[in-house]
This record gives sequence, C-alpha cells and structure tokens, in this order.
Amino acid sequence: MGLLKICPHSNWGKAHLILKTRRISAGLAVAATASAAFFPILLLAIWSFAQRWFWPALLPSGYSPRAWLYLASPVSAVNPAMAASLWIAIAVTLISLAVALPAARVLAWYDFPGKRAFFFLLLLPVIAPPLASAMGVHGLFLRLGLTETVTGVILVHLIPAVPYTILMLTGSFTRFHPDWEAQARTLGAGTLSVFRYVTLPAIAPGLAVAAVFAFLISWSQYLFTVLIGGGQVQTLPLILVSFQRGGDEAITAALALVFLAPTLVAFAVTAKFMRNHA
Amino acid sequence: MLAPALLVLMGLFAGGVVLALLQSTGFFAPIGEHSLTLTHYAAMLQNREFQLSLFLTTGIAAIATALSAATGLALALALRRAAGRWPVLNSLIQVPIAVPHLVMAVLLINVISQSGLLARIAYAAGLLSSPNEFPVLVNDRYSVGIIAAYVLKESPFIAVVTLAMLARIGGEYEELAATLGASRWQRLRHVTFPLVAPAVVSASVIVFAFIFGAFEVPFLLGRSYPSMLGVVAQRRFTSIDLTERPDAIALSVLMSIITAALVWAYLRFARIQIGERPTLF
Repeated sequence: MGLLKICPHSNWGKAHLILKTRRISAGLAVAATASAAFFPILLLAIWSFAQRWFWPALLPSGYSPRAWLYLASPVSAVNPAMAASLWIAIAVTLISLAVALPAARVLAWYDFPGKRAFFFLLLLPVIAPPLASAMGVHGLFLRLGLTETVTGVILVHLIPAVPYTILMLTGSFTRFHPDWEAQARTLGAGTLSVFRYVTLPAIAPGLAVAAVFAFLISWSQYLFTVLIGGGQVQTLPLILVSFQRGGDEAITAALALVFLAPTLVAFAVTAKFMRNHA
Repeated sequence: MLAPALLVLMGLFAGGVVLALLQSTGFFAPIGEHSLTLTHYAAMLQNREFQLSLFLTTGIAAIATALSAATGLALALALRRAAGRWPVLNSLIQVPIAVPHLVMAVLLINVISQSGLLARIAYAAGLLSSPNEFPVLVNDRYSVGIIAAYVLKESPFIAVVTLAMLARIGGEYEELAATLGASRWQRLRHVTFPLVAPAVVSASVIVFAFIFGAFEVPFLLGRSYPSMLGVVAQRRFTSIDLTERPDAIALSVLMSIITAALVWAYLRFARIQIGERPTLF
C-alpha cells in the first residue's frame, strides 16, 4: 500500500481513517460508473413501454406492451431482419476465426520480411471502416451477382471483422509459447490432439473474446450492409433506422434494446474471461 | 498459414481500394469512361459542398477528440485508485465503448432534443416554459449532438487506455515526488501527465481517425447541408444519378488516404508492438 509508505508511524490512526474514506469513495466511484453505464438501458426500457408521453411529462402517462407485441408478431419485418442479422453475424464470426487462427499463430511466433507492413495493413480497416473498399468491390459484386444478397453482405463485413480478429488472436498467441506444442508432440500427441488439449485451452479466453467482437462488428454494421445489400438485405440496424425516421419512439426504443442485447452479453462474457485471464 | 488472411485482406480490402482507385480515375464503364482522368478528384476538391464538408468533418473530429481526451484523462485520474481495488470498474467503463453508434444516436435524440428528457427536466425545474426555449442540440448548426455522441463513446476509450498506462507505471514516481515536497498539482503536472501523455496522444490519433470516417452518428444527428464526409460520400454513391458515383468513390479514396496517414503517424508515435491487443471498438 503506497499510502502507508508516506505516512509517518506516529499517524497510524489517521492513515487508517484515510484508507477507510478512500474505500468508501472508491465504492461510490464504482456505483456512479455502474449507473452511468446502465442508466441508458433503463431509459430505453421505459420508452419501449410508453404509450402516451406528452411534453412536459417526466414519465409516460400511460404504459402498453404494444412495441414488444409488434416486435414479436409474425407480420412485422423485425423477425426476418433479426434472423438475417444473426445468420450474417454468425457466418462472419466463423469465417473470421477460421481465417484468423492460422494467421495469428504465424504473426505471433515468426518474423518475416514485411511483417510491419502487414501489421499496418491490418490496422487500417480496424481504425476506420474502409468506405473505399466497400464502394470499390460494389462494381465487382454487381458483375458477380453478389449485390443485394446475404453472401455479398457477409463478404463485405469480413473487411473490418477479419483484421480485428487477427489482431486479437495474435495477442493470445504471443502469451503462449510455441515450445508447449513441441513438448506435447515429443510426448507423442498428434497435430489434432496438440490443438485440442494444448493450444485450444491456452488460447480459449482470447478466442472467446475475438469471436464476440467479430460477431459485434457484423451485428452493428449499417453502412456496409446498405451499400452492398442495396436495401434488399434488411438487417436489424436498417429496421432500427427506418423506425427512428418514421418517428415511432416506442418501437425504436424496443429495437434499440434488442440491438443492444448481444453487446451486453458480449460484455459479460468478455469481463468474465478477462478476469479469469488476469 | 497466412494465405486465407491475405485472400481477405488483399482480395476484399486492398482489392476494393484498387477497384475504387480505378473507378474514380476514369474506368467506370456504366457512364462510358475508359481512360485515365483525374477530373473526379479535381471536381471534388473544387466542389463547394466538399470543401464545407471537409472543414466541418475536421472541425467536429478535432473538437470531439480534444473533449474526449480531456474527459477521459480526468475520468482515469478520478477512477484510478478505485480501479486498482475493484477491477470490475475497468470492465464497467467499457460499456459505452461497446454500445453501437446507432443506439447512442437514438438515445441522444430522446435525451437532448427540444422535447427530450433534458428539456422536460428543465421545465420541471422552472427554467423554461415551452420546448422552443430549449437550445437546438440535434441536427443543429454547431453539431452539438454529433460531438456529444462521440465524447460519450470515446472518452471511456481514452480513460481505459490511460488507466492501463497508469497501472503499468505504478505509484512510485509520484510518491518519490511527494517525499521531495511536490504539491498535488506539481505531481500531476510534472510527473503523471508526462508519463501518460504518449498513451493519451496515440489513443487520440485513433479517435480522430475514427470520427473523421464517421457515418451513422452524423447520418442521424447531423444537418442535411453541409454533412460530414462519410454522409456526403454515401449520399452521392447511392444517388440515382450514376455520374455522381465516381465522385463519391474519389471522395472515399481521399478519406482512406487521410486515415492511412493518421494510422501511420499513430504507429510511428506509439511504436506499438506486434501482438499487442488493441483496445478499440
């Protein structure tokens, strides 16, 4: 405890008091941060159940489950959009992981000429989603019949998702020593069992976090889906925007909550794995 | 081992940029262009909407980045001791980072618009009598809504990066300064700030590059004219007038070049190690 080093011994009582108030203020900081992080969710929940909420009422004057019933009803466009969003995001996650795993291994363990350039290339689409790439491949996709298709949308989502997954997994592999695999092999393990019993358990936390983020990158994509899907591939963010533009606040809020749900699940998963890791 | 990754990176990402370059330099068949020309770039650079948009985009990115850096730094210093005791704080603070931009925009519309929650609280407090008296903060002249959305999302990011840096540095330097008689402000000014500055600056470069290429937030919270560059590019690309498309692509290529320059600067500045986990989303 750094504080005690500074405090003279004659002041033990005072130091103890300082520690105690510090503990209380730290607790307050946690409470404040938690409420700041989750207050918006409460707001969205109230909005989604508001039936009448005229100016200047602070709370709705009537509540109804209309928005949620609409979301669940088979006639709404929400169900197919949610299915499309899920299917696209799962496909993007699986492809990203399959592509990123071998690449991350190489990047973490081996040096090769042009490694820095490759790393630069990886960072570009992560930092700002490349509008130029999406617009560039649009013409090609048009010729291949991939525009306005789910396949085309999956492919264009890979542009930001794959580099991100590679960067995250590279981090996991740098903490894992190649010799561990070699040791398992000298003990007679085959390639598959080395991966299954040695590599996989070691990188599992990183793998889970990378999968979650690849999913989220695809799930929250709006612009790339519009550009390549041409409005024919309707995903959740597209529906959200059209309800927001249409001015239906209750349905917009309910959709925003559904849209936010995987993010919160992802947050819980990441927090758990990060804690186990530390 | 790298082949599948290269296929995606070279085929889709770099290939896309090359195709974009071709289509913006006069090889756009649908409108009968088949020879090298830089007219689309020249037209874009001379275009009044582009100039206004570039000015607006740079301004918004600069202001939002500066505010995020200041808020994030203050947040990190305030939460520093608590974060050491409760690691869960490090996770909690990341919630806004993970909130999709569209959700953040929807929330802001409901909170800071003229009939939003803030205006209602102001009414309840007797500060105003009608919604019109509340300042226009959404789709407004000064882009307050856009800047607010990014400060809310990016200051936690700066705080996370700063907290990680503070944890790595430890408290010894500040304690040493304290034993030498440095006041609280002197310790902050001459010990803590210089130590965390590289982390804050490199994170700010990323934030700037990210806001520079923004789309969703200005799409929902911005004015229709002038708009941020991403919105202009998208609008021109999806216009029914096909002759606008090469201009849109030229604009997106210009944006890529600016982003690439920023990322390069970031790498030079941060001297980031390969394999270091990027904490951005």
